[in-house]
Amino acid sequence: MKEYAYFPGCSLEKMAVSYHLSALETTKKLGIKLKELEDWNCCGATTYFYIDELLAYTLCARNLAIAEKTGLDVVAPCSACYKNMYFTAAHLKKDADLAEHVNFALEEDNLQYNGNVNIKHLIEVFAQDVSAEEIKSKVTRPLEGIRVAPYYGCQIVRPQKEKEDVEQPQFFEGILSAIGATPVNYPLKMRCCGGSLIISSRTAALAMVRNLLQSAVDSQATVIATACPMCQVNLECYQQQVNQEFGTNFSFPVLYFTQLIGLAFGIPPKKLGIGKEFVSIAPSLLRAGQSKD
Amino acid sequence: MEKKEKIGVYVCHCGTNIAGVVNVGEVSTWAAENLKDQGVVVSRDYKFMCSSLGQELIQKDIKEYGLTRVVVAACSPHLHEATFRNACKGADLNPYLCELVSIREQASWVHTDKVAATEKSKALISGGVSRVVYNEPLEPLYVPIHPATLVVGGGISGIQAALEIADAGYRVYLVEREPSIGGHMAQFDKTFPTLDCSACILTPRMVQVGSHPNITLLTYSEIEKVEGYVGNFTVSIRKRARSVDEATCTGCGICWEKCPKKVVDNVFEAGMGNRKAIYVPFPQAVPKYPVIDRENCTFYIKGTCKACEKFCPTEAINFAQEDEIINVEVGNVILATGYDPFDARRITQYGYGRLANVFTSLEFERLSNAAGPTGGNIVLRDGKTVPKVVGIVHCVGSRDKNYNEYCSAICCMQSLKFAHLVHERTGAEIYNFYIDIRAPGKGYEEFYHRLLDEGTHFVRGKVAEISDAVRLPGEEGKLIIQVEDTLTGNQLRVPVDMAILSAGLEPRRDAKAVAKQFGISCSADGWLIERHPKLDPVATVTEGIYIAGCVQGPKDIPASVAQGAAAAARILGKIMQKEIALEPIRASIKEEQCSGCRICNNVCPFNAILFHEDKMVSEVNPALCQGCGTCVAACPAGAISGTGFSNQQILSQIEGLMLLNIKSHKETVPA
Ligand SMILES: Cc1cc2nc3c(=O)[nH]c(=O)nc-3n(C[C@H](O)[C@H](O)[C@H](O)COP(=O)(O)OP(=O)(O)OC[C@H]3O[C@@H](n4cnc5c(N)ncnc54)[C@H](O)[C@@H]3O)c2cc1C
Ligand code: SF4
Ligand code: SF4
Ligand code: SF4
Ligand code: SF4
Repeated sequence: MKEYAYFPGCSLEKMAVSYHLSALETTKKLGIKLKELEDWNCCGATTYFYIDELLAYTLCARNLAIAEKTGLDVVAPCSACYKNMYFTAAHLKKDADLAEHVNFALEEDNLQYNGNVNIKHLIEVFAQDVSAEEIKSKVTRPLEGIRVAPYYGCQIVRPQKEKEDVEQPQFFEGILSAIGATPVNYPLKMRCCGGSLIISSRTAALAMVRNLLQSAVDSQATVIATACPMCQVNLECYQQQVNQEFGTNFSFPVLYFTQLIGLAFGIPPKKLGIGKEFVSIAPSLLRAGQSKD
Repeated sequence: MEKKEKIGVYVCHCGTNIAGVVNVGEVSTWAAENLKDQGVVVSRDYKFMCSSLGQELIQKDIKEYGLTRVVVAACSPHLHEATFRNACKGADLNPYLCELVSIREQASWVHTDKVAATEKSKALISGGVSRVVYNEPLEPLYVPIHPATLVVGGGISGIQAALEIADAGYRVYLVEREPSIGGHMAQFDKTFPTLDCSACILTPRMVQVGSHPNITLLTYSEIEKVEGYVGNFTVSIRKRARSVDEATCTGCGICWEKCPKKVVDNVFEAGMGNRKAIYVPFPQAVPKYPVIDRENCTFYIKGTCKACEKFCPTEAINFAQEDEIINVEVGNVILATGYDPFDARRITQYGYGRLANVFTSLEFERLSNAAGPTGGNIVLRDGKTVPKVVGIVHCVGSRDKNYNEYCSAICCMQSLKFAHLVHERTGAEIYNFYIDIRAPGKGYEEFYHRLLDEGTHFVRGKVAEISDAVRLPGEEGKLIIQVEDTLTGNQLRVPVDMAILSAGLEPRRDAKAVAKQFGISCSADGWLIERHPKLDPVATVTEGIYIAGCVQGPKDIPASVAQGAAAAARILGKIMQKEIALEPIRASIKEEQCSGCRICNNVCPFNAILFHEDKMVSEVNPALCQGCGTCVAACPAGAISGTGFSNQQILSQIEGLMLLNIKSHKETVPA
């Protein structure tokens, strides 16, 4: 059984609880254990690095130090958490002086980070550590005919690893095909959702959300799949405001990719947190999930 | 040391290059006084030692003092070793008894502390004096030069080189991988900046090559093996089976007309058009004989068809033909294998291969070519729609650390040419997106101005993305080019019907392998390296191997032709000399000490060491050895010594450098 240290991050406790539930359910089906990190703290989210860099590094390093003790790869379902941890680890590796400062602070907590942790985004577990065949073998209700817009967002592939294709990656599409869905050509799939810009520059952020929604409509998708609580909130919860601002009429379902996998695996929708959406999902989606019963 | 040598020391000022930092007068006097015991009988300083007056000074001393050794303390041996050795030779002193000590590159140019630089110069001279005592008189090795030449690659640079040599009356073997010569130039419609028709200026040259009595043309062929050294190379060439008998084929074309098997032509047509399984790449092909592409021919796949054989009026089709290995002797080689275009697929955000109406530059060349798949009509991928707005993206894969850092040199001009052709043939609105316009050739800047006058829009900015994510009114069905106009600071979304990616030039995929075959090397970028970037651009470090055209780096047709001609001229010069003098600085292996481990065989970068299976010992081929010394250091048995670099020479030079040769110093150095 594959085992990972799991860093849910703040959002998954409340706001994105359906992501949390579906992540645990779907990995369980695949024989993967997500072992929640003990006594973890916030990753610093989108703003902390711009306010106090050293403290922000220390916050992330604390989680990394705890993870290091488990000897497991650490997995984060949130793109921002993932990116913060990933580049903290990278910076600490490059900058010995920074590492010394950070470790000095961690000593207070009897912790130390030695740079030996692999950091993964949850979607990488599905895309790299599990084969498409393994996923396929667990599918009982393939999402046939469901057109899904694979929304990567801007952080999953940052910073770039080696020669990784950060402009047109295909791994999300691969997962969607494995569960029988049809990944559509979604030209804005790598574009930013606006992140926390929604607080500081509302109109600019709403325009970004509008573009993403419009592109999904244009590509004739049934649903957008996300892999990040922030993307999910921006795309789903702000549709009303987008409509008010731009006179549009969006009511477009957005789901976590793990929820789609869960449906294909035949996991009862409730266990995947389905039913908590702001924009209700098309009945066809649920039907596709259930049809083979 | 039985016989006491008489040594002259000459310290050069190099104007103020050396004298500005090193106290040359002091150094010269010091050498006269302190190196007397080593045999220094005269020491002088002079403003420009390399001038004829300086050289005469040395020659006079050789005569008057009966000097047996000369040490010149001046610039790097790279620059003037030959000058001073020749001066000695002029005074009947064996040139290898002259030693150059660099007090410019090794002292005055790299130090600011004048006292320390002066002391260092003394030490360097002391080392040179100690060493020169053990220098031996050497005689150059003369080898005859075979008058034939091998040219690899039949693009415009190879064609030019072959014709120059053949016209001078010497044999050329021209080896081309494709079924026809012509290279990239054959694919173009027009050439910048004059817009002459590419085929019109190229075809006559190709025909000349094909019919020249002194040129043996081997197309559909590749180099199998190269052995030997300058003047005496033996080259094995694999002449791949054409499946067509060249002696009987008349090139009538009935076979490819009748052949039922269509194949997408990814080479000549850049994927834009088809050919048959039996084909000539283009109508003006030289030679005119077709080849059967066995991977795609129905007969080779299924065992039936033979339509070509049935219809051929001369019974030239020969399905059983086999590859032929041809061995030729040549004295010199020109590598003119050209470039590959950058694979635009690698920049995924530009959408090539994903978005139908994104074209590469080579595709556009075929599209605009009157003999191309659309008869020269510039249309979208659907084969009929004429674009109304066209965007041309410069620097695709060039000037970008993610791909190639260098400028590909020709793509600005190629983009201007495209803009002109689009304007002329479609009247479309044209945008050129550039970083800088690089138009440094003759008539190039003028061509740029012509384009400005034609009304082409020039937007200075690196394109971020080409996408089909349309949003605004008027964008439906278009490609959106997203770019920052850096002159106005505005973000632009430019909707176009067609985007052309001006892909840069890259080294051939097999450039490294080819270089290795011929014992030369590639730069970090992958282009073959010339001997000197400014003063010797067509020779390489291996004697007898020359490079010409884009194999050496991105360049336009005029520059490729110039290099082809230059390489030919260099070789003709060598052929005229009939024999060549090789530097006698080289390694030799003492047979009785060699343990036969073969370590040296593999370390030699010039493949100069051969192994005698019978005697189980290695031997250095003196004509191939470049005297680099690698094998000397590598031999675990100490069986190899390098002429001019004997242990004795090196050790006494070190002693000299540490001033251990000077009595007064011996006492001060702790034991
Ligand atoms: C799209 C485009 C447009 C251009 N337009 C112009 C223009 O208008 N004006 C201009 O001045 N320049 C232009 N250029 C530049 C021009 O193409 C080059 O300067 C010129 O073709 C270089 O000639 P070459 O002989 O060095 O190389 P190539 O044309 O590449 O020829 C090399 C030849 O060697 C053969 N070969 C390769 N490897 C081997 C091997 N291992 N064994 C045997 N044979 C081998 C190849 O098949 C080929 O025939 C353009 C370039 C591009 C990409
Ligand atoms: S039909 Fe025969 S003669 Fe004519 S081109 Fe073909 S092979 Fe040559
Ligand atoms: S055998 Fe048939 S397919 Fe093959 S080259 Fe001849 S005609 Fe074409
Ligand atoms: S020639 Fe022009 S287009 Fe080509 S790489 Fe250089 S600057 Fe860019
Ligand atoms: S010195 Fe030795 S390694 Fe160097 S070229 Fe000569 S044989 Fe080869």
